[in-house]
Amino acid sequence: MNKIRIGSGAGYADDRIEPAIDLINRGNLDYIAFECLAERTIAIAQNQKLKDPNKGYNDLLEYRFKKILPAIKQHPTKVITNMGAANPKAATRKVVEMAQEMNLHNLKIATVIGDDITDSISKFSRYTAMETKKPISELNKKIVSANVYLGAEKIVEALDNGADIVITGRVADPSLFIAPLIHEFKWSMNDYDKLGKGTLLGHLLECAGQVSGGYFDDPGYKDVDKLWDLGFPYADVEEDGNIIMHKLPNTGGLLSEDTVKEQLIYEIQDPTKYYTPDVVADFSNVQVKQIKDGINVIGATGTSKTGELKVSIGYEDGYITECGINYGGHNSLDKAKLATEIVIKRLKMLKIPIDAIQDDYIGVNSLYHGVLSPNSPLYEVRARLAARTQTKEAANEISREYKSLYTNGPAAGGGIRTIIQKIVAIASITIPESNVKTTIEYKEVN
Amino acid sequence: MKLFEIAHSRTGDKGNTSTISLIPYKKEDFDLLKKYVTADKVSEWFKPLGPIKVTRYEFFKLPALNFVIENALRGGVTYSLNIDRHGKSFSSALLEMNIPDK
Repeated sequence: MNKIRIGSGAGYADDRIEPAIDLINRGNLDYIAFECLAERTIAIAQNQKLKDPNKGYNDLLEYRFKKILPAIKQHPTKVITNMGAANPKAATRKVVEMAQEMNLHNLKIATVIGDDITDSISKFSRYTAMETKKPISELNKKIVSANVYLGAEKIVEALDNGADIVITGRVADPSLFIAPLIHEFKWSMNDYDKLGKGTLLGHLLECAGQVSGGYFDDPGYKDVDKLWDLGFPYADVEEDGNIIMHKLPNTGGLLSEDTVKEQLIYEIQDPTKYYTPDVVADFSNVQVKQIKDGINVIGATGTSKTGELKVSIGYEDGYITECGINYGGHNSLDKAKLATEIVIKRLKMLKIPIDAIQDDYIGVNSLYHGVLSPNSPLYEVRARLAARTQTKEAANEISREYKSLYTNGPAAGGGIRTIIQKIVAIASITIPESNVKTTIEYKEVN
Repeated sequence: MKLFEIAHSRTGDKGNTSTISLIPYKKEDFDLLKKYVTADKVSEWFKPLGPIKVTRYEFFKLPALNFVIENALRGGVTYSLNIDRHGKSFSSALLEMNIPDK
Protein backbone atom coordinates (compact mmCIF):
# COMPACT_ATOMS: atom_id res chain seq x y z
CA MET A 1 0.00 0.00 0.00
CA ASN A 2 1.55 3.34 -0.94
CA LYS A 3 -1.19 5.64 0.30
CA ILE A 4 -3.50 5.36 3.27
CA ARG A 5 -6.49 7.37 4.34
CA ILE A 6 -7.05 8.26 7.99
CA GLY A 7 -10.01 10.10 9.45
CA SER A 8 -10.50 11.90 12.72
CA GLY A 9 -13.62 10.85 14.60
CA ALA A 10 -13.42 12.90 17.78
CA GLY A 11 -11.30 15.74 19.14
CA TYR A 12 -12.29 15.53 22.79
CA ALA A 13 -14.28 13.47 25.29
CA ASP A 14 -17.74 14.85 24.47
CA ASP A 15 -17.34 15.51 20.75
CA ARG A 16 -20.13 15.04 18.18
CA ILE A 17 -20.56 11.58 16.62
CA GLU A 18 -22.48 12.25 13.34
CA PRO A 19 -19.48 13.74 11.48
CA ALA A 20 -17.44 10.63 12.37
CA ILE A 21 -20.12 8.26 11.05
CA ASP A 22 -20.43 10.40 7.92
CA LEU A 23 -16.67 9.99 7.39
CA ILE A 24 -16.87 6.20 7.77
CA ASN A 25 -19.86 6.00 5.43
CA ARG A 26 -18.68 8.33 2.69
CA GLY A 27 -14.94 8.83 3.17
CA ASN A 28 -13.62 5.50 1.93
CA LEU A 29 -11.30 5.51 4.95
CA ASP A 30 -8.75 2.88 5.90
CA TYR A 31 -8.58 4.05 9.52
CA ILE A 32 -10.41 6.34 11.89
CA ALA A 33 -9.05 7.47 15.26
CA PHE A 34 -11.10 8.89 18.12
CA GLU A 35 -9.14 11.06 20.56
CA CYS A 36 -11.25 11.38 23.68
CA LEU A 37 -8.99 12.14 26.67
CA ALA A 38 -8.16 15.53 28.14
CA GLU A 39 -5.48 15.96 30.78
CA ARG A 40 -7.64 15.27 33.79
CA THR A 41 -10.41 13.17 32.20
CA ILE A 42 -8.61 10.01 33.20
CA ALA A 43 -8.35 11.01 36.85
CA ILE A 44 -12.10 11.51 36.96
CA ALA A 45 -12.63 8.17 35.17
CA GLN A 46 -10.38 6.49 37.74
CA ASN A 47 -12.84 7.51 40.47
CA GLN A 48 -15.68 5.92 38.49
CA LYS A 49 -13.64 2.71 38.20
CA LEU A 50 -13.08 2.62 41.97
CA LYS A 51 -16.84 2.77 42.48
CA ASP A 52 -17.59 0.19 39.75
CA PRO A 53 -14.89 -2.09 38.25
CA ASN A 54 -16.90 -2.24 35.00
CA LYS A 55 -16.76 1.54 34.53
CA GLY A 56 -14.04 4.14 34.09
CA TYR A 57 -14.03 4.28 30.30
CA ASN A 58 -15.26 7.21 28.21
CA ASP A 59 -18.86 8.13 29.12
CA LEU A 60 -19.83 8.17 25.45
CA LEU A 61 -18.24 4.83 24.52
CA GLU A 62 -21.56 2.99 24.22
CA TYR A 63 -23.25 5.94 22.50
CA ARG A 64 -20.41 6.09 19.97
CA PHE A 65 -19.90 2.37 19.32
CA LYS A 66 -23.64 1.86 18.84
CA LYS A 67 -23.18 3.91 15.67
CA ILE A 68 -19.57 3.00 14.83
CA LEU A 69 -20.02 -0.80 14.79
CA PRO A 70 -22.77 -0.98 12.14
CA ALA A 71 -20.95 1.66 10.06
CA ILE A 72 -17.61 -0.20 9.98
CA LYS A 73 -19.46 -3.41 9.10
CA GLN A 74 -20.84 -1.68 6.01
CA HIS A 75 -17.65 0.21 5.22
CA PRO A 76 -14.67 -1.68 6.64
CA THR A 77 -12.56 0.82 8.56
CA LYS A 78 -10.14 0.11 11.37
CA VAL A 79 -10.79 2.01 14.59
CA ILE A 80 -8.19 3.29 17.05
CA THR A 81 -9.28 5.07 20.21
CA ASN A 82 -8.22 6.05 23.71
CA MET A 83 -11.84 5.77 24.90
CA GLY A 84 -10.61 3.08 27.30
CA ALA A 85 -9.60 5.97 29.60
CA ALA A 86 -8.98 4.54 33.10
CA ASN A 87 -10.37 1.10 32.26
CA PRO A 88 -9.55 -0.10 28.71
CA LYS A 89 -10.29 -3.75 29.59
CA ALA A 90 -13.84 -2.91 30.67
CA ALA A 91 -14.23 -0.77 27.53
CA THR A 92 -13.28 -3.74 25.37
CA ARG A 93 -15.66 -6.05 27.27
CA LYS A 94 -18.46 -3.58 26.57
CA VAL A 95 -17.60 -3.29 22.84
CA VAL A 96 -17.40 -7.09 22.49
CA GLU A 97 -20.80 -7.42 24.19
CA MET A 98 -22.30 -4.81 21.85
CA ALA A 99 -20.81 -6.48 18.76
CA GLN A 100 -22.26 -9.83 19.80
CA GLU A 101 -25.69 -8.29 20.38
CA MET A 102 -25.53 -6.82 16.87
CA ASN A 103 -24.61 -10.22 15.45
CA LEU A 104 -21.34 -8.96 14.02
CA HIS A 105 -18.65 -11.47 13.06
CA ASN A 106 -14.91 -11.63 12.37
CA LEU A 107 -14.00 -8.73 14.59
CA LYS A 108 -10.69 -8.67 16.44
CA ILE A 109 -10.44 -6.16 19.26
CA ALA A 110 -7.13 -5.34 20.92
CA THR A 111 -6.68 -3.68 24.29
CA VAL A 112 -3.42 -1.88 25.07
CA ILE A 113 -2.59 -2.20 28.76
CA GLY A 114 0.16 -0.68 30.82
CA ASP A 115 -0.37 3.08 30.95
CA ASP A 116 -1.97 2.88 34.39
CA ILE A 117 0.77 2.96 37.05
CA THR A 118 -1.41 4.21 39.90
CA ASP A 119 -0.56 1.15 42.01
CA SER A 120 3.19 1.62 41.69
CA ILE A 121 3.39 5.43 41.81
CA SER A 122 5.05 5.28 45.25
CA LYS A 123 8.18 3.97 43.47
CA PHE A 124 8.51 7.40 41.89
CA SER A 125 7.76 9.49 44.97
CA ARG A 126 11.11 11.26 44.81
CA TYR A 127 10.58 12.43 41.23
CA THR A 128 10.04 16.18 40.84
CA ALA A 129 6.67 17.44 39.61
CA MET A 130 7.01 19.90 36.73
CA GLU A 131 4.19 22.07 38.08
CA THR A 132 5.31 22.46 41.71
CA LYS A 133 9.07 21.84 41.19
CA LYS A 134 8.91 19.66 44.30
CA PRO A 135 8.99 15.88 44.80
CA ILE A 136 5.57 14.30 44.37
CA SER A 137 5.86 12.85 47.89
CA GLU A 138 5.43 16.43 49.10
CA LEU A 139 2.04 16.85 47.43
CA ASN A 140 0.46 15.48 50.64
CA LYS A 141 -2.76 14.89 48.77
CA LYS A 142 -4.79 11.88 47.79
CA ILE A 143 -3.40 10.59 44.49
CA VAL A 144 -6.25 9.16 42.42
CA SER A 145 -4.47 8.26 39.19
CA ALA A 146 -1.09 8.02 37.52
CA ASN A 147 -0.97 7.34 33.80
CA VAL A 148 1.97 7.14 31.45
CA TYR A 149 1.65 8.69 28.00
CA LEU A 150 2.40 5.64 25.86
CA GLY A 151 3.66 5.87 22.29
CA ALA A 152 2.55 4.14 19.11
CA GLU A 153 4.47 0.89 19.56
CA LYS A 154 1.75 -1.34 21.06
CA ILE A 155 -0.94 -0.01 18.73
CA VAL A 156 1.34 -0.89 15.79
CA GLU A 157 1.83 -4.38 17.21
CA ALA A 158 -1.95 -4.82 17.58
CA LEU A 159 -2.47 -3.76 13.96
CA ASP A 160 0.36 -6.07 12.84
CA ASN A 161 -1.55 -8.88 14.54
CA GLY A 162 -4.73 -8.11 12.63
CA ALA A 163 -6.74 -6.03 15.12
CA ASP A 164 -9.80 -4.28 13.67
CA ILE A 165 -10.37 -2.12 16.73
CA VAL A 166 -7.65 -0.96 19.13
CA ILE A 167 -8.72 0.42 22.51
CA THR A 168 -6.22 2.17 24.75
CA GLY A 169 -6.01 4.23 27.90
CA ARG A 170 -3.54 7.09 27.98
CA VAL A 171 -1.57 7.34 24.76
CA ALA A 172 0.03 10.51 23.40
CA ASP A 173 -2.60 11.95 21.06
CA PRO A 174 -0.49 11.96 17.85
CA SER A 175 0.53 8.34 18.48
CA LEU A 176 -3.05 7.22 17.82
CA PHE A 177 -2.68 8.51 14.26
CA ILE A 178 0.95 7.64 13.56
CA ALA A 179 0.46 3.95 14.46
CA PRO A 180 -1.38 3.00 11.23
CA LEU A 181 1.33 4.74 9.18
CA ILE A 182 4.10 2.76 10.88
CA HIS A 183 2.08 -0.44 10.46
CA GLU A 184 1.14 0.05 6.80
CA PHE A 185 4.37 1.56 5.50
CA LYS A 186 6.63 -0.60 7.68
CA TRP A 187 8.37 2.51 8.91
CA SER A 188 11.18 1.78 11.35
CA MET A 189 10.68 3.06 14.91
CA ASN A 190 14.13 4.64 14.44
CA ASP A 191 13.23 6.50 11.25
CA TYR A 192 12.74 9.73 13.15
CA ASP A 193 12.36 11.87 10.06
CA LYS A 194 9.29 9.84 9.02
CA LEU A 195 8.00 9.74 12.58
CA GLY A 196 8.26 13.54 12.65
CA LYS A 197 6.03 13.70 9.55
CA GLY A 198 3.57 11.20 11.03
CA THR A 199 3.45 13.18 14.26
CA LEU A 200 2.53 16.27 12.26
CA LEU A 201 -0.39 14.32 10.79
CA GLY A 202 -1.46 13.26 14.28
CA HIS A 203 -1.19 16.78 15.61
CA LEU A 204 -3.32 18.14 12.76
CA LEU A 205 -6.04 15.49 13.17
CA GLU A 206 -6.16 15.01 16.94
CA CYS A 207 -8.62 17.85 17.55
CA ALA A 208 -10.97 16.71 14.75
CA GLY A 209 -13.16 19.65 13.63
CA GLN A 210 -10.70 22.20 14.96
CA VAL A 211 -8.70 21.88 11.73
CA SER A 212 -11.69 21.88 9.37
CA GLY A 213 -13.32 25.15 10.37
CA GLY A 214 -14.26 24.58 14.00
CA TYR A 215 -13.08 27.23 16.47
CA PHE A 216 -12.12 29.47 13.53
CA ASP A 217 -15.12 31.63 12.58
CA ASP A 218 -14.75 35.35 13.36
CA PRO A 219 -17.75 36.85 11.57
CA GLY A 220 -16.74 39.38 8.93
CA TYR A 221 -13.03 38.54 9.23
CA LYS A 222 -12.84 34.81 8.64
CA ASP A 223 -16.19 33.24 7.93
CA VAL A 224 -16.99 29.53 8.04
CA ASP A 225 -19.94 27.81 6.38
CA LYS A 226 -22.59 25.90 8.40
CA LEU A 227 -20.78 25.13 11.64
CA TRP A 228 -23.85 23.20 12.80
CA ASP A 229 -22.94 20.62 10.15
CA LEU A 230 -19.16 20.77 10.56
CA GLY A 231 -17.36 18.06 8.59
CA PHE A 232 -14.51 16.29 10.37
CA PRO A 233 -11.13 16.04 8.60
CA TYR A 234 -9.34 13.14 6.99
CA ALA A 235 -5.98 12.86 5.28
CA ASP A 236 -4.31 10.88 2.55
CA VAL A 237 -0.78 10.04 3.60
CA GLU A 238 1.88 8.69 1.27
CA GLU A 239 4.72 6.37 2.14
CA ASP A 240 7.22 9.24 2.24
CA GLY A 241 5.06 11.11 4.76
CA ASN A 242 3.44 13.53 2.32
CA ILE A 243 0.08 14.68 3.75
CA ILE A 244 -3.00 15.92 1.93
CA MET A 245 -5.81 17.08 4.23
CA HIS A 246 -9.45 16.80 3.18
CA LYS A 247 -13.01 17.32 4.29
CA LEU A 248 -16.04 15.56 2.78
CA PRO A 249 -18.07 17.39 0.13
CA ASN A 250 -21.46 18.71 1.27
CA THR A 251 -20.42 19.26 4.86
CA GLY A 252 -20.15 22.55 6.71
CA GLY A 253 -16.89 24.00 7.92
CA LEU A 254 -13.82 25.15 6.06
CA LEU A 255 -10.52 23.52 5.26
CA SER A 256 -8.03 26.14 4.09
CA GLU A 257 -4.38 27.04 4.47
CA ASP A 258 -5.39 29.32 7.35
CA THR A 259 -7.42 26.71 9.26
CA VAL A 260 -4.52 24.25 8.96
CA LYS A 261 -2.00 26.86 10.14
CA GLU A 262 -4.08 27.67 13.25
CA GLN A 263 -4.30 24.01 14.23
CA LEU A 264 -0.65 23.38 13.39
CA ILE A 265 0.50 25.96 15.95
CA TYR A 266 -2.20 25.07 18.53
CA GLU A 267 -0.66 24.03 21.87
CA ILE A 268 2.86 24.00 20.43
CA GLN A 269 5.61 25.65 22.42
CA ASP A 270 9.04 25.53 20.74
CA PRO A 271 8.20 24.37 17.18
CA THR A 272 11.64 22.78 16.79
CA LYS A 273 10.98 20.47 19.75
CA TYR A 274 7.59 18.81 19.89
CA TYR A 275 8.06 15.93 22.31
CA THR A 276 6.12 12.69 21.97
CA PRO A 277 6.98 9.19 23.24
CA ASP A 278 7.92 8.26 19.64
CA VAL A 279 10.05 11.18 18.44
CA VAL A 280 11.05 14.79 18.95
CA ALA A 281 9.32 16.40 15.99
CA ASP A 282 10.36 19.67 14.34
CA PHE A 283 7.49 21.67 12.80
CA SER A 284 9.43 24.92 12.31
CA ASN A 285 9.81 24.51 8.54
CA VAL A 286 6.39 23.09 7.73
CA GLN A 287 4.70 24.45 4.61
CA VAL A 288 0.98 24.48 3.91
CA LYS A 289 -0.33 24.72 0.38
CA GLN A 290 -3.79 24.66 -1.19
CA ILE A 291 -3.82 22.19 -4.07
CA LYS A 292 -6.62 21.04 -6.32
CA ASP A 293 -8.31 18.60 -3.97
CA GLY A 294 -7.09 19.53 -0.50
CA ILE A 295 -4.35 21.08 1.61
CA ASN A 296 -0.87 19.72 1.15
CA VAL A 297 1.30 19.80 4.29
CA ILE A 298 5.03 19.10 4.04
CA GLY A 299 8.29 19.83 5.78
CA ALA A 300 8.11 18.23 9.23
CA THR A 301 11.24 16.44 10.41
CA GLY A 302 12.26 14.64 13.57
CA THR A 303 15.10 13.54 15.79
CA SER A 304 15.57 10.75 18.32
CA LYS A 305 13.01 10.37 21.09
CA THR A 306 14.18 11.17 24.62
CA GLY A 307 13.54 7.70 26.07
CA GLU A 308 11.57 9.36 28.87
CA LEU A 309 7.81 9.11 29.18
CA LYS A 310 5.56 11.72 30.72
CA VAL A 311 3.34 10.61 33.59
CA SER A 312 0.22 12.54 34.50
CA ILE A 313 -0.65 12.21 38.19
CA GLY A 314 -4.15 13.21 39.24
CA TYR A 315 -4.67 14.20 42.87
CA GLU A 316 -7.54 15.59 44.87
CA ASP A 317 -6.94 19.11 46.03
CA GLY A 318 -10.11 20.46 47.60
CA TYR A 319 -12.96 22.31 45.94
CA ILE A 320 -13.65 25.28 43.71
CA THR A 321 -16.84 27.22 44.39
CA GLU A 322 -18.07 29.65 41.76
CA CYS A 323 -20.91 32.11 42.34
CA GLY A 324 -22.46 34.91 40.32
CA ILE A 325 -25.15 37.61 40.43
CA ASN A 326 -26.31 40.17 37.86
CA TYR A 327 -27.00 43.88 38.29
CA GLY A 328 -28.44 46.32 35.77
CA GLY A 329 -28.66 50.04 35.12
CA HIS A 330 -26.06 52.81 35.19
CA ASN A 331 -24.86 51.90 38.70
CA SER A 332 -24.56 48.17 37.99
CA LEU A 333 -20.79 47.89 38.46
CA ASP A 334 -20.85 49.64 41.85
CA LYS A 335 -23.64 47.35 43.02
CA ALA A 336 -21.76 44.29 41.79
CA LYS A 337 -18.60 45.37 43.63
CA LEU A 338 -20.60 46.00 46.79
CA ALA A 339 -22.13 42.50 46.55
CA THR A 340 -18.62 41.01 46.40
CA GLU A 341 -17.45 43.10 49.35
CA ILE A 342 -20.40 41.94 51.44
CA VAL A 343 -19.76 38.26 50.77
CA ILE A 344 -16.01 38.50 51.39
CA LYS A 345 -16.58 40.35 54.69
CA ARG A 346 -19.15 37.74 55.75
CA LEU A 347 -16.75 34.90 55.00
CA LYS A 348 -14.10 36.60 57.13
CA MET A 349 -16.57 37.16 59.98
CA LEU A 350 -17.54 33.50 59.87
CA LYS A 351 -13.84 32.48 59.70
CA ILE A 352 -14.40 30.19 56.73
CA PRO A 353 -11.06 28.57 55.79
CA ILE A 354 -10.31 29.62 52.21
CA ASP A 355 -7.07 28.97 50.27
CA ALA A 356 -7.65 31.54 47.54
CA ILE A 357 -10.47 33.81 46.40
CA GLN A 358 -10.92 35.87 43.25
CA ASP A 359 -13.58 38.38 42.19
CA ASP A 360 -14.34 39.28 38.58
CA TYR A 361 -16.94 41.41 36.82
CA ILE A 362 -18.22 39.78 33.67
CA GLY A 363 -18.33 42.37 30.91
CA VAL A 364 -15.47 44.26 32.59
CA ASN A 365 -12.44 42.17 33.50
CA SER A 366 -13.26 38.46 33.86
CA LEU A 367 -11.29 37.30 30.82
CA TYR A 368 -8.28 39.59 30.79
CA HIS A 369 -7.94 41.05 34.32
CA GLY A 370 -7.44 44.47 32.77
CA VAL A 371 -5.53 43.71 29.55
CA LEU A 372 -8.60 45.09 27.74
CA SER A 373 -11.13 47.34 29.52
CA PRO A 374 -14.57 48.61 28.46
CA ASN A 375 -14.58 52.26 27.36
CA SER A 376 -18.33 52.85 27.35
CA PRO A 377 -20.85 52.71 30.24
CA LEU A 378 -22.21 49.25 31.00
CA TYR A 379 -25.90 48.65 31.57
CA GLU A 380 -25.55 45.16 32.95
CA VAL A 381 -22.74 43.45 34.80
CA ARG A 382 -22.34 40.04 36.42
CA ALA A 383 -20.30 39.84 39.59
CA ARG A 384 -18.41 36.58 39.92
CA LEU A 385 -16.67 35.16 42.97
CA ALA A 386 -14.51 32.03 42.80
CA ALA A 387 -12.76 30.42 45.76
CA ARG A 388 -10.62 27.40 46.49
CA THR A 389 -11.15 25.54 49.76
CA GLN A 390 -9.88 22.29 51.19
CA THR A 391 -13.25 21.17 52.55
CA LYS A 392 -16.71 20.71 51.11
CA GLU A 393 -18.15 22.36 54.25
CA ALA A 394 -16.27 25.58 53.52
CA ALA A 395 -17.41 25.42 49.89
CA ASN A 396 -21.03 25.07 51.05
CA GLU A 397 -20.65 28.08 53.37
CA ILE A 398 -19.45 30.25 50.48
CA SER A 399 -22.36 29.14 48.34
CA ARG A 400 -24.87 29.86 51.13
CA GLU A 401 -23.43 33.28 51.85
CA TYR A 402 -23.62 34.18 48.19
CA LYS A 403 -27.27 33.16 47.91
CA SER A 404 -28.11 35.32 50.91
CA LEU A 405 -27.38 38.35 48.70
CA TYR A 406 -31.00 38.12 47.55
CA THR A 407 -32.37 39.46 50.80
CA ASN A 408 -29.20 40.84 52.41
CA GLY A 409 -27.31 42.43 49.52
CA PRO A 410 -27.53 45.52 47.28
CA ALA A 411 -30.75 46.46 45.47
CA ALA A 412 -32.08 44.66 42.40
CA GLY A 413 -29.61 41.84 41.97
CA GLY A 414 -30.78 38.73 40.14
CA GLY A 415 -29.72 35.48 38.57
CA ILE A 416 -27.65 33.99 41.39
CA ARG A 417 -26.08 30.65 40.50
CA THR A 418 -23.49 28.77 42.50
CA ILE A 419 -21.47 25.69 41.52
CA ILE A 420 -19.15 23.57 43.65
CA GLN A 421 -16.62 21.33 41.91
CA LYS A 422 -14.11 18.90 43.33
CA ILE A 423 -10.60 19.74 42.13
CA VAL A 424 -8.58 17.00 40.49
CA ALA A 425 -5.24 18.69 39.98
CA ILE A 426 -2.45 17.32 37.82
CA ALA A 427 1.24 16.87 38.60
CA SER A 428 3.54 15.66 35.82
CA ILE A 429 6.82 13.77 36.00
CA THR A 430 8.90 11.94 33.40
CA ILE A 431 10.21 8.42 33.96
CA PRO A 432 12.53 6.20 31.87
CA GLU A 433 10.50 4.15 29.40
CA SER A 434 12.24 1.00 30.65
CA ASN A 435 10.10 1.32 33.79
CA VAL A 436 6.90 0.83 31.85
CA LYS A 437 5.61 -2.62 30.94
CA THR A 438 2.93 -2.76 28.29
CA THR A 439 0.88 -5.69 26.99
CA ILE A 440 -1.94 -6.34 24.56
CA GLU A 441 -5.04 -8.47 25.09
CA TYR A 442 -7.07 -9.71 22.14
CA LYS A 443 -10.75 -10.59 22.02
CA GLU A 444 -12.43 -12.04 18.97
CA VAL A 445 -16.07 -11.83 18.00
CA ASN A 446 -16.59 -14.83 15.74
CA MET B 1 -3.70 49.63 12.97
CA LYS B 2 -5.04 46.77 15.08
CA LEU B 3 -3.50 43.33 14.66
CA PHE B 4 -6.89 41.79 13.78
CA GLU B 5 -6.82 43.78 10.53
CA ILE B 6 -3.86 41.76 9.19
CA ALA B 7 -3.59 38.60 11.29
CA HIS B 8 -5.49 35.81 13.02
CA SER B 9 -4.73 33.77 16.11
CA ARG B 10 -5.64 30.74 18.25
CA THR B 11 -4.75 30.06 21.88
CA GLY B 12 -3.67 26.75 23.37
CA ASP B 13 -2.64 25.80 26.90
CA LYS B 14 -0.27 23.41 28.64
CA GLY B 15 -0.49 23.50 32.41
CA ASN B 16 0.00 27.09 33.53
CA THR B 17 1.40 28.15 30.15
CA SER B 18 -0.59 29.83 27.39
CA THR B 19 0.46 29.55 23.74
CA ILE B 20 -0.86 32.15 21.31
CA SER B 21 -0.26 32.02 17.56
CA LEU B 22 -0.14 35.07 15.31
CA ILE B 23 -0.67 34.31 11.63
CA PRO B 24 -0.73 36.98 8.91
CA TYR B 25 -3.57 36.69 6.37
CA LYS B 26 -1.03 37.77 3.74
CA LYS B 27 2.55 36.49 3.79
CA GLU B 28 3.89 39.96 2.95
CA ASP B 29 2.69 41.26 6.32
CA PHE B 30 4.86 38.82 8.26
CA ASP B 31 7.84 41.21 8.45
CA LEU B 32 5.58 43.83 10.00
CA LEU B 33 4.49 41.37 12.68
CA LYS B 34 8.07 40.32 13.31
CA LYS B 35 9.17 43.91 13.65
CA TYR B 36 6.43 45.22 15.93
CA VAL B 37 5.06 42.26 17.85
CA THR B 38 8.13 41.40 19.88
CA ALA B 39 8.22 39.24 23.01
CA ASP B 40 8.76 42.43 25.04
CA LYS B 41 5.74 44.11 23.48
CA VAL B 42 3.54 41.07 24.19
CA SER B 43 4.90 40.86 27.72
CA GLU B 44 3.94 44.49 28.28
CA TRP B 45 0.47 43.96 26.72
CA PHE B 46 -0.38 41.05 28.99
CA LYS B 47 1.27 42.55 32.09
CA PRO B 48 -2.04 42.74 34.03
CA LEU B 49 -2.02 38.92 34.12
CA GLY B 50 0.83 39.04 36.66
CA PRO B 51 4.46 37.86 36.61
CA ILE B 52 4.47 36.26 33.17
CA LYS B 53 7.40 35.25 30.98
CA VAL B 54 7.00 35.54 27.21
CA THR B 55 9.07 33.69 24.59
CA ARG B 56 8.51 34.20 20.85
CA TYR B 57 9.03 31.38 18.37
CA GLU B 58 8.91 31.44 14.61
CA PHE B 59 7.36 29.15 12.03
CA PHE B 60 9.64 30.17 9.20
CA LYS B 61 7.67 29.04 6.19
CA LEU B 62 4.00 29.29 7.15
CA PRO B 63 4.99 32.01 8.12
CA ALA B 64 3.73 32.70 11.64
CA LEU B 65 4.76 33.63 15.18
CA ASN B 66 4.04 31.69 18.35
CA PHE B 67 4.03 33.34 21.78
CA VAL B 68 4.56 31.09 24.77
CA ILE B 69 3.45 32.81 27.96
CA GLU B 70 4.43 31.11 31.19
CA ASN B 71 2.43 31.73 34.39
CA ALA B 72 -0.48 33.17 32.42
CA LEU B 73 -3.33 31.06 33.75
CA ARG B 74 -3.30 31.38 37.55
CA GLY B 75 -2.68 27.65 37.88
CA GLY B 76 -4.01 26.24 34.62
CA VAL B 77 -7.12 24.33 33.68
CA THR B 78 -7.26 21.99 36.67
CA TYR B 79 -6.65 24.61 39.32
CA SER B 80 -7.33 28.17 38.17
CA LEU B 81 -10.10 30.33 39.64
CA ASN B 82 -10.48 32.11 36.29
CA ILE B 83 -13.76 31.84 34.40
CA ASP B 84 -11.73 30.94 31.28
CA ARG B 85 -9.40 28.40 32.86
CA HIS B 86 -7.72 27.52 29.55
CA GLY B 87 -7.20 31.15 28.57
CA LYS B 88 -8.97 30.29 25.28
CA SER B 89 -9.97 33.94 24.85
CA PHE B 90 -6.41 35.35 24.99
CA SER B 91 -6.08 35.28 21.20
CA SER B 92 -8.77 37.96 20.97
CA ALA B 93 -6.85 40.16 23.42
CA LEU B 94 -3.62 39.86 21.43
CA LEU B 95 -5.42 40.82 18.21
CA GLU B 96 -6.57 44.09 19.81
CA MET B 97 -2.94 45.26 20.05
CA ASN B 98 -2.04 48.35 18.01
CA ILE B 99 0.91 48.50 15.66
CA PRO B 100 1.97 51.43 13.38
CA ASP B 101 0.07 51.65 10.06
CA LYS B 102 1.67 50.22 6.94
